[in-house]
Parts: sequence; structure tokens; C-alpha cells
Amino acid sequence: MEYVHEYYDVVVIGAGHAGVEAGLAAARLGMKTIVFTVSMDSVALMPCNPNIGGSSKGHLVREIDALGGQMGINIDKTFIQSKMLNVSKGPAVHSLRAQADKFMYSIEMRKTLQETENLTLRQSEIAEIIVEHDHITGVRTISGAFYSCKAVIICTGVYLKARCLYGNVIEHTGPNGLKAANTLSQSFLDNGIKLRRFKTGTPARLDGKTIDYSRMEPQYGDVPVVPFSFTTDPSSVQKEQVKCYLTYTNKKTHDIIRAHLDESPIYGGIIEGIGPRYCPSIEDKVVKFADKDRHQVFIEPEGLVTHEMYVDGMSSSMPEYVQYEMYHSVAGLEHASIVRNAYAIEYDCLSPGQLLPTLELKNIQGLFSAGQFNGSSGYEEAAAQGIIAGINASMEIMGKDPLVLRRDQAYIGVLIDDLVNKESFEPYRMMTSRAEYRLLLRQDNADLRLTPIGHEIGLIDDKRYEYVRLKQKLINDEIKRVSSVYFNPDSRVQNFLNTHGSTELKKSMSFTDLVRRPELTYDMVRSLDENVPSLSDDVREQVNIQLKYQGYIEREMKQVSDFRKLEAKKIPNEIDYDLVPSLRIEARQKLNNIRPLTVGQASRISGVSPSDISVLLIYLKSGKLNDNR
Amino acid sequence: MGGFATHIVFNFYVLLMKHFFLIIKMNNDTIAAVSTGLQPAGVAIIRVSGKDSVRLVNSIFKGDDLTKALTHTVHYGFIISGDDVIDEVLVSVFLSPRSYTGEDVCEIGCHGGVDVVEEVLHTLFSAGVRSADPGEFTKRAFLNGRIDLTQAESVMELIKSQDSFSRKAAVHSLMGNVSSKINIFRDEILDMASFIEAALDDPEHYDLSDYRIKLRKKIISLSSDLHEMILHFDEGSLLKNGIRTVIAGRPNVGKSSLLNLLLHRERAIVTSVPGTTRDTIEETCNLGGIRLLLSDTAGIRETDDIVEHIGVDRSVDAIKNSDLCLFLIDGTKPIEESDTLIYNLIPDNVIRIILINKSDLLNRNDSHFMNIVSEKFNGCDNVILFSAKSGDGLHQLTDSIRNLFFENKLPNPDEVYLVNEREKQDLDSALKSLSLVVRSIDEGMTEDFFTSDLMDAYNSLGNIIGANAGDDLIDRIFSKFCMGK
Repeated sequence: MEYVHEYYDVVVIGAGHAGVEAGLAAARLGMKTIVFTVSMDSVALMPCNPNIGGSSKGHLVREIDALGGQMGINIDKTFIQSKMLNVSKGPAVHSLRAQADKFMYSIEMRKTLQETENLTLRQSEIAEIIVEHDHITGVRTISGAFYSCKAVIICTGVYLKARCLYGNVIEHTGPNGLKAANTLSQSFLDNGIKLRRFKTGTPARLDGKTIDYSRMEPQYGDVPVVPFSFTTDPSSVQKEQVKCYLTYTNKKTHDIIRAHLDESPIYGGIIEGIGPRYCPSIEDKVVKFADKDRHQVFIEPEGLVTHEMYVDGMSSSMPEYVQYEMYHSVAGLEHASIVRNAYAIEYDCLSPGQLLPTLELKNIQGLFSAGQFNGSSGYEEAAAQGIIAGINASMEIMGKDPLVLRRDQAYIGVLIDDLVNKESFEPYRMMTSRAEYRLLLRQDNADLRLTPIGHEIGLIDDKRYEYVRLKQKLINDEIKRVSSVYFNPDSRVQNFLNTHGSTELKKSMSFTDLVRRPELTYDMVRSLDENVPSLSDDVREQVNIQLKYQGYIEREMKQVSDFRKLEAKKIPNEIDYDLVPSLRIEARQKLNNIRPLTVGQASRISGVSPSDISVLLIYLKSGKLNDNR
Repeated sequence: MGGFATHIVFNFYVLLMKHFFLIIKMNNDTIAAVSTGLQPAGVAIIRVSGKDSVRLVNSIFKGDDLTKALTHTVHYGFIISGDDVIDEVLVSVFLSPRSYTGEDVCEIGCHGGVDVVEEVLHTLFSAGVRSADPGEFTKRAFLNGRIDLTQAESVMELIKSQDSFSRKAAVHSLMGNVSSKINIFRDEILDMASFIEAALDDPEHYDLSDYRIKLRKKIISLSSDLHEMILHFDEGSLLKNGIRTVIAGRPNVGKSSLLNLLLHRERAIVTSVPGTTRDTIEETCNLGGIRLLLSDTAGIRETDDIVEHIGVDRSVDAIKNSDLCLFLIDGTKPIEESDTLIYNLIPDNVIRIILINKSDLLNRNDSHFMNIVSEKFNGCDNVILFSAKSGDGLHQLTDSIRNLFFENKLPNPDEVYLVNEREKQDLDSALKSLSLVVRSIDEGMTEDFFTSDLMDAYNSLGNIIGANAGDDLIDRIFSKFCMGK
């Protein structure tokens, strides 16, 4: 029975990591918002690894937080172990990673959604999107309820026509045995949306009581813990942390895998979807790194209220009996019982080239999409797109300019720019190497980069904005001040240098130059300066980084200014690439398909070469566009 | 000359065959120009390009119906104007897109007399073909994606170049040698950067320990290769711009005769009265393919004549600013004090060759005499017995210059890669970025700091081969090709 139920400004399909950020952003921007989920018990579910952050993903969480998103706050409330990764490297690659209590993470997020004004959370499966004259007008549930709306955000994750596989077992479910969404794909196809099939996978969960931890290396969290959110009081996250454990696969493990390779649905040819290279199954690792005689395996608790342990590094789609053999071959897991099998999951997602950088679909106004449906992988990547889609759906309804972050502004900008322009044949995972201006896009300065933007959009309140503005001012003032503070080679200074293993001064030297010495830091040199102002930890950290790495930062800023030149060259909407002489056919097709907004964007489209860009620039410059009109 | 022109044309085609090109739409008119230069020669080639080129050439051609000709075919016939036969010609037809410009092209091979060529051109113009602007064929080739920027620039250099060495270097660049060499360098840099990045993202499977030592070695070796390229640029520049050469010696030792010999004509006034040549004369000559920028100095000697004095001062300046000094002495006379005085004016950094002139009048034991000369002039071992009158010793002189300036590596232009200053600047900045990486390594920075500078080097090298599309590049193209609407 079909009936008209209710009106909402924004409908979000799915309450995973993308859906919750999209819903929260829209609701917080004053949109009447409803978030649909197939199960109220799987809001912000982590069906795979029990952690948030990690290399470059930690950056995304910080950025989401700086824009006014929820992921950072939620993990700060529910983490059970936390670590800053890569501290032996430069500040650009420092990244936070926290083990989450999966259950608490989900419950806490659901609570936040339920307590948010303008936001309704509803368990129901969406069967159809309704499009009239290339505009979205609503959605229909499988029970026949029609919800009219101005914008829809697709955050269906891995649920569309999902099937889970291990060995020759095929289960037509979403992750964790949850219901798959089997009708919505057809509605997308009916509306001209092109889909493709991706796959990903997860390892088994083992019973912690059956694991011999004495044969593994314990892994501890940091003391003190650095919170994810800029709004979290650091003292609130100093708590007892759980241990994780490190063990390794061995030759026997690899032999077992090789012997049964043809029973894996991927290598056996049953799986059609394409999996991520960067998050490989243990089968992939054994094949790809044939010369390695072992691979790391981390044993991580899934939460405080369960004995289940996640076997990080050994995702698989081998038959159940091979899984037993395989896991049992690993030191410490000889007698482990499997609680949940490892499996691969296949799902429908969007073919590339259909999205604007705003995450709105090009051909259907008001239809946005975010997360794994867009071809990404990972909770953080999903959440990052979610908040942008939520913002831009709201902006469109309010008639305001959309938010498109540039590659030099945020990892989120890199992520979306890549998703929109680059043809990826596997689930897209964020990596530090994808960001060209890494030293500018640090996790420690996400607030300075993005909180003013979040404030302008309306997700950041005045108080938080003022704090960031003041912080920026204090940083600038101090950097300026120390450039004119000089130290003479007197005994006090030489003593200081000797204690820190630094060479003595021959003549006077500036505060700035002293900080640049590898063995010294801003905080150390402060002790020499009587006039130093009292500054908070976060300000001092920024002053230190900016002084120490100034040369590198300046060179990257130069690169950015070159980058922005092409980024500033807008391509007129009405351009007809068929009228641009001498473009290669492939470039012509790609440009007609993607329809980039700037020459910079055009230059990053796969299949468009530098000479095509030259031709395009000449065309734009020659004014022929006007002649052809 | 004819053979070389054919060589270039042949190279163009080889170059073009190497690529796959696509049909392009151009609304341009049809243009024509002599592509072999307007000087008298046995054969001249007139190139006609544009969508109507075949039809228009056919309208003044008596022979096969060119409009039915297949691409890359040659047709014998006559160029006619009304009933008059202008010339007996071979017309080569190249159809779009497999032609130099990417458009339909006809090349008319006619007889090379200036009158004939102009007559054929006029006939073409009256048939509706327009005279091509300088570089316009190249502009069209570039705009149609037939050649990249380096190649386009090389063509411009080629058009401007005047001697066979710089022409060969330009052709070399055109053939993509610059690109292939630069691509090798870029690949190496990309390998280094991507290994570091892979290790940062997947530390379990890629090990960075000790990599910095390896990286440093690689960069040092790469830098020296780049440096080598810059040196070749300087050699290339000597070839292209010429070696600044002065002829020096006391009055009346035969300087003007030498100049005239090199220029093959009477240029300076040659008399036997010392001090007749008062000006420094600047001329270009081509000695066995090497270009010399010649100045003949007024005979340097102490003089009271004011006019001549100015000439003498200038002569001293000319010597100081030269790359090469050809120092003449009169072999029929004893070495005077003034000879050594003038010789000592040659600064140390100027390469000198002593020519013992008037060898035709000599009747002495060569090696003994040359040893004495060498001794007198501070052990200079570039001594040649020479006759400015008969030309004896000219071959030795040529070989000697080649030895001294190009370490005998040339005339093989294979090592001359760069043809312009822009490329040199990009190379310099690539070198600078690489040196910053070395500095980071030496200062103990962690690996994540290396990639940014590595990528800067990568991009600077990319600029050379046009791998980065930028606005600056387009501006340059516009200025070079005087592009209008």
C-alpha cells in the first residue's frame, strides 16, 4: 500500500559512518532531516576493523572534527587504546589511531543522532528514489511510504545487492549477516545512474579466551593520550587502556594458503568485484609479496563487553576449514576458536565520473552520495564525504555556495577530488602519499585550516571560532617575535647548548635559527628567553613546527601557488569540447563526461594529458569559445 | 645542403610515424612557403598546407589528378600558369593527419633558382594560397598535437640556426632525444619518491632503513648527469652562437689575409703598409661546421697615430672578450719583442693557437722551428705552420679548434641536447631541488621530507618536455607564435 507519509528537507539513506555525518551536518544546519537505516542496532557500525584513524585516516578524522563533525568526539568517548603513529618521522605523517569499543561507538553515535534537533532516525529500507525532471523529489520505502524531500544523500555503504563469500559459500546479506538492500540498485539504474561492483573483506573474529597471548608481543597505548577532537579536554581521555598483541604468519601459513588458493572465491573466479590493493587479504599478500616469509598480524579487542578479537592483517575469503588451518598455524592462535568467519563482501557502487566535486550527482539535482557507495573504502573516508555531502545538500536547499575543499586545504579535498576525477578501479583508500602538500595538511593544524570554514558554514559556534582565531594570532605573533630575539655566545647560552648536545655559538644567533637545529626545539630554547610569553601547549606546538620546518613549508607554499593558478582558471559551463580543435578523442570524451569546473580539475582527470590541457588553455585564451557561441 | 634538407624532411616523417595521431578539425586557410630557404640551390621545396592544399596545388599542376592521390605519394608533372609552364616538378602528397602539420600537405620539389621558386610561389598565391608567416607550419603542427613543445621550439631554433652543428643539435632535440633523456631522469626520480611513499604507507612491506644512504648516492649520480647535460648546453651554445675569435699579431703579419681566407673573400684592406687595418672587423665564418665569430684586430703596436690608437685599444678589448685567439707571427722574420709583448696580452682563459704564417715562403726544418716558437711563447703547444695565402694548414687549424673546444667529441651532435635557455633554467632548478634533498639527508631529516623536493625536481624536468601544462607555457607559446584569434 503506497501512501504519502511526510516531508523532510534532507533524506539520508543509510546510517553508517557517512550517513551519520551527513545527517548530523544537515540537521545542525537547520534542515529537517531523516536518516534511514536497515537496523537501529547498526548505526555507525564497524563491521570490519575495530579502530578509527591511522596513517592519513587520522588526518581525515581531525579535519571532520575541525569542520564540526562527530567522528572525533565519538571516538574520544569510546576508545579503549590510542596511539600517535609515526612519531619517529616528521610532523606531516604523525597520525592518531585509536582502538574503539565497537559497541559503545555505535551506541554513543546513535544517542547523539537521537538527541540532535531536527534529526529523525528511522529503521526502514528505501526501495526507490523518486526523480522528476532531473530533480529529486523523494524516496519510497519497501513498505510503500513516500517521503517527499528536497535532497537525498545516498550512504548505502556495502549494502546494495551485497553478498558475502567464503570458499564456495555465498550468503546474500550485508556485512555481519545484516540485511542487504536489494531493490534500490534497480531504482538507481532506472534513473540513469551507472553502477559497478566492488569487493572488500574482513578477517575472522576469534575467541580471546582461546588465544595464547604469551606467544605474542603486547602493544600498549600512549601515555598521555592525545584526543582526536579539538573540543575534547585532554584530561578526559587519560584512562586505563587495553592491550593489543602482535604476532606473525609463517611459512606454514603461507603454504596452507598457496595449497588452497583455488578454493578462494577471488582466485577461483567466483568474485567479480574488484578489491583494494592497499588493504589486501592474506591471500593477496602471500601472492603479491611471495618473497616475504612472514606478515604482521595484530590481535585487537573488539570491545570491553565481548571476548571477540579481531585478527588484523589476515582478512580472507578461504573456506571455513582452511580458515581454521590458516589461523591455527600462527603463533599464539594454535587453539583459537573462530567466533565469526572471515569473508569477502561484494556490493554495488557508483561508477566514477557521475559526481560533481560537491558530491551531487551531475544528472539529478538534489541527489548526493557519500561513502563506500562512491567507491571509497574505510570509515574515515566515508565520514569525510558524509559531512561534505550533508553540508552541500543543505547549502543547495538554502541557496548558498557549496563547499569544495581544494587539495591544498585538506585531505578531504584530496579524497573527493581523486574520487571525482581519477578513475579508480578498486576501493579508494586515503594515504599520505596521495596528498601533494602534506606538510601543510598536518593533523595538528586541521583546526587552523578548517575551523574558520566550518564557522562560516554554520557548523562551528562563535566561541570555538574565536578560540581558533586567537590561537592563530598568538602563533603568528610569537613566530614574528622570536625572529628578532638574539642570543649571545655567553656562558649561560653555551651551557644550555652543551646540556642539549648542541654545538656552542661562535657569534650571536637568533631564536629562530636555534630552533632549526635538529637537536633543539622551541620549548627548549624558550628557557633561554626571559621575555617569552606564556603560551598554551597547542600554540607552542604550532610555533615549534612552523619554525623548524619553515624552509619546507615555504617550498610547499610555492608549489601551492603554482597549483592554484590553474585551479583559478574556470571553465565556462557552456563549453562544448567537440568544438575544441585538436583535443584527442579520449580527452574529449573524458572532459565531456566529467565536465570539470576548472582547468586544474581538468588536468587531474585520468586520460587527459598535459598537451590536451595546453590545447584547452589555448582555446580558452583565444576567445574562440565566444565565436562558437 | 640539398642532402641535409632531405635528411631533415626524412627525420620529420620518421618522427611523425612514431606517434599515433587523430583527425583534427581546423578551419585554417591554406598556406605556402619555401621550406628549404630562398638561396640558390639545386632543388627547392615549397610546402603547401591547409585543407584545400591538394585542390589548390592540383589547379596549377599538369600531371596526375592530385585530388585522387593517395597519401605519401610522389607525382611528376609541371607547374603551369595559364598556358605557361613554370617548372618541371615533383609533388609529394601527404594527407591529414599523417603530415608535418597534421593538415593536408603538398610539397612541390622544383628547381632551385630564385626566379623559378618565386614564380611558382606567385602562381600558388594567385590560385588562392596565402604566404605562411614565419614558423606557421610549426605552429600548426604544435596546435594539431603533431609535435610537443620541445620539438616546436627546436623547429624554431632550426629555422634560425645557420650552421650544420646547431642544425643537427636542433634536429636532435626535435627527434625527441631531449625528451627520452629527460624521461629517463624523471623515471629515476619517480622511482625514488614512490619507494619512499610506499614505505610510508606500508612500512610493513617496504623498508626504509639505510635507504637514505642509497638515495643520496643515486641523487649525486643523477645530479652529475644533469650537470653534464648543462655542460653540453654550454657547448651547444658555443656551437650555436659561435666561438668568439680574434686574430692577433703585430702589424703586417698577415692577419687580414687570414681573415679573407676564412671568409673566402676580400674583406679587409690588405696592403703591405703596417697599420692599414684600423677597425676591428666582425664577421661570421664556418670552419668545417664550427661557427667562428671573427674579429680581426688592428695590428697591435705602440703608435702615436690617434685614430689608430683607438683601434689598438679596441683590439686589446676584443682579445679579452674572446674564446679563441689566433695569434699570427711572420715565419720569414725573426721573432721580435713586439710579438711576445702582444702575445702576453692574451689572458690565460683565452684559448690560443699560434699560426706561423707565410709557410709558403719558408724553407726550414719544421719541427725544429716550431720548437723554438713554442719555447718563445711560454711553451704554447698549439703551433701550426700556416699560409694565409695558399690555405696550407687550414685543415690542421680546424682539427685543432675542434680538439681544443669540443675535446674532439664533436662533430657528433648526439651529446648536444639542449637548444635554449628555458631548458637550461629548468635543469638548473631541478639540480637545485636535488641538492635540497641531499641537504635534508645530511641534516638528518626523516624520509617524509624528501619527496616534496624530489617532486619539484621531477616537475622542473617535466617542464622541459612539456609534461606539465601551465599557463606560463601557454603564454610562451603565444609570444613565440604571435597567436591571434
